[in-house]
Amino acid sequence: MDANNGAAVRAEHVAKHYRMGETIVRAVDDVSIGVQPGEFVALLGSSGSGKSTMMNLIAGLDRPTAGAIYAHGKNLAEMDSAELAKHRSHTIGMVFQAFNLLPRMTLAENVELPLRLAEVDRAERGARVMEAIKRVHLAERANHRPTELSGGEQQRVALARALVNKPTILLADEPTGNLDSKTGDEIMALLTEINQSGVTILMVTHEQQRAEKYARRSIVMKDGKVVSDGVRP
Amino acid sequence: MKMRDLTELAGRNLREAVLRNSLTTLGIGVGVASLVAILSLGVGLQELANKRLTNSGLFNAVIVMPRENGRGGFGRMRGGEDVNTSVPPRPLDDEALRELEQIPGVTEVYPEVRFPTGIKYGDSTYPTVIAGVPQSSKGSGAYDGIEGSFFSGPDAQEAILQIELAKQLSSDPNSLIGKEVTVNYAERQALPASADGGISGGFSVVPQEDKLRIVGIIDTEPATGAGGFGQVRMMIPLAVAEKLQAAQTNDLRSVLGGNGGKPNYASLTVKVDDPAEVEAVEENIKTRGFGAFSLLDASKNLTLIFRVFDTLFGSFGGLALVVASLGIVNTLVMAILERRREIGILKALGASDGDVKKLFFTEAGCMGLIGGVFGVVLGWAIGRGINFGANVYLHRQNLPSIELTAVPAWMVFFAIAISIGVSLAAGLYPASRAAKLNPVEALRYE
Repeated sequence: MDANNGAAVRAEHVAKHYRMGETIVRAVDDVSIGVQPGEFVALLGSSGSGKSTMMNLIAGLDRPTAGAIYAHGKNLAEMDSAELAKHRSHTIGMVFQAFNLLPRMTLAENVELPLRLAEVDRAERGARVMEAIKRVHLAERANHRPTELSGGEQQRVALARALVNKPTILLADEPTGNLDSKTGDEIMALLTEINQSGVTILMVTHEQQRAEKYARRSIVMKDGKVVSDGVRP
Repeated sequence: MKMRDLTELAGRNLREAVLRNSLTTLGIGVGVASLVAILSLGVGLQELANKRLTNSGLFNAVIVMPRENGRGGFGRMRGGEDVNTSVPPRPLDDEALRELEQIPGVTEVYPEVRFPTGIKYGDSTYPTVIAGVPQSSKGSGAYDGIEGSFFSGPDAQEAILQIELAKQLSSDPNSLIGKEVTVNYAERQALPASADGGISGGFSVVPQEDKLRIVGIIDTEPATGAGGFGQVRMMIPLAVAEKLQAAQTNDLRSVLGGNGGKPNYASLTVKVDDPAEVEAVEENIKTRGFGAFSLLDASKNLTLIFRVFDTLFGSFGGLALVVASLGIVNTLVMAILERRREIGILKALGASDGDVKKLFFTEAGCMGLIGGVFGVVLGWAIGRGINFGANVYLHRQNLPSIELTAVPAWMVFFAIAISIGVSLAAGLYPASRAAKLNPVEALRYE
């Protein structure tokens, strides 16, 4: 069978087990999913359902105990740590619930960081940073520090940072979790806009209503397993 | 990540915990400073010793003696292994002197003129040894600390006394300057060749006296040829000494050697332009049928002794640097704990383990570089302080100033390189630890 099937992300019988003393915690247990290019998928579930673990495995931040994960046909299990770093740098963009901006850097410097890591030519960086910042409508705040920005603005900066290397897959871990309802909707609108530009989005959330409103497809996880996988009509 | 980006990020990180990083860097600086101060003292002392030796006239000189029985002069002291026995021994006469002057690198050749004498001053006569000194000795530095002055000319009827003799002559040695002394010596007068064609070149010895004016008194005992130390107590211009035709110890050897009455020298001093050429000139002279030696071996031993000295004391300075490097380990380990989440973010954004390792390495290297530069400046300042203190003491003792410490360019580069090297070694463990951080756990860290 073709491991890829044209999917942007494909997980096959993926398991991630932890040992806590005598107990084995099955954070992810035999999960198989596929995400097609350009899809906007919400990964739903309550706390401890394994959705964030699944996202970390797809990002290559963690390795599965069993099974295989493919990103555009490439098996992450066959990559060494340097190749996984390249995978995160060039293929994946990540945003987090806590924004995870570096407080001592300005907005522009935070957005530039992935370009430094990807060794993008210095002359090219300025334009790419401004392009990413304009995309999230924060051009006038480029020299501000994260502490001078609102939560919504910080998450937009995080989105700009995730997109600056032009990834094909955006992984968002509870991107609206720390935001009020209105700001959360603004971020979701921005994610939709990004998705419409062709970026595949896999969003981890526990907010079912918001997931159903913005994502075309919702995968629900419970106790490390996928319990439902449905496409919105 | 490119080096420039690494350096920028490292610099930014170091500025974040500026007090802690400054204190750590200061620790490295103090370690480097102690190393530089000790090494500068060692190098300074070595340069001082070398300068003194050079000024003594022995460091850039080759002493030439007649070779006898296949071995010659001081060659015997070195086991005679260097003696070129394929060339017959030759007398050390005027012809030899002129020949040696033509050797490349040789600036001057002069004979050793030394003879026993009695110095009459007041009612007393003091036995001593007189040596002829070339006018070129004035600029050698051997007479830098002279009381009075050097000879006014190459044939001036003047004398310089060594302080021990001056003390014998007067309880106030400086008062002797300008005074006249009478020198009693044995003049050598050549005898005509015998009528039957037998051995010629004999001489008779006639007592003579001459008056000389004392122009200077020196504390040191400048070299005046082979075996000059500890014997010569009066120096007179070489031309004057030669003109006196005083009988010397080697005259008997000249007569018995059948040299046809031509004067032979006990030894010749060959001055070489550059001390580095001494060895080549010495070898050249040996191939011409003469015995030759220089203090090159002595200088090599001196260098070895100072190297041991530098290594021994440098290791104490190095110890301070190693202790300071523990500060780097501590600072970077603390930085890992504080920046755990940041490391997780960097990895999530595409930083490899190598990037994280290099970042911490660069931070350690930057601390080493800054600490090294600061340490060199501080070490140099400590050296100047030691120098200043020593010279204050010397001035109080009415002694001339000296340069006790020296910080040559190689030491600056060496100290900074050692500082960076030790800092990088200290950063090895923290950098590996940071690189191995699990990004998922690091991102969870609050």
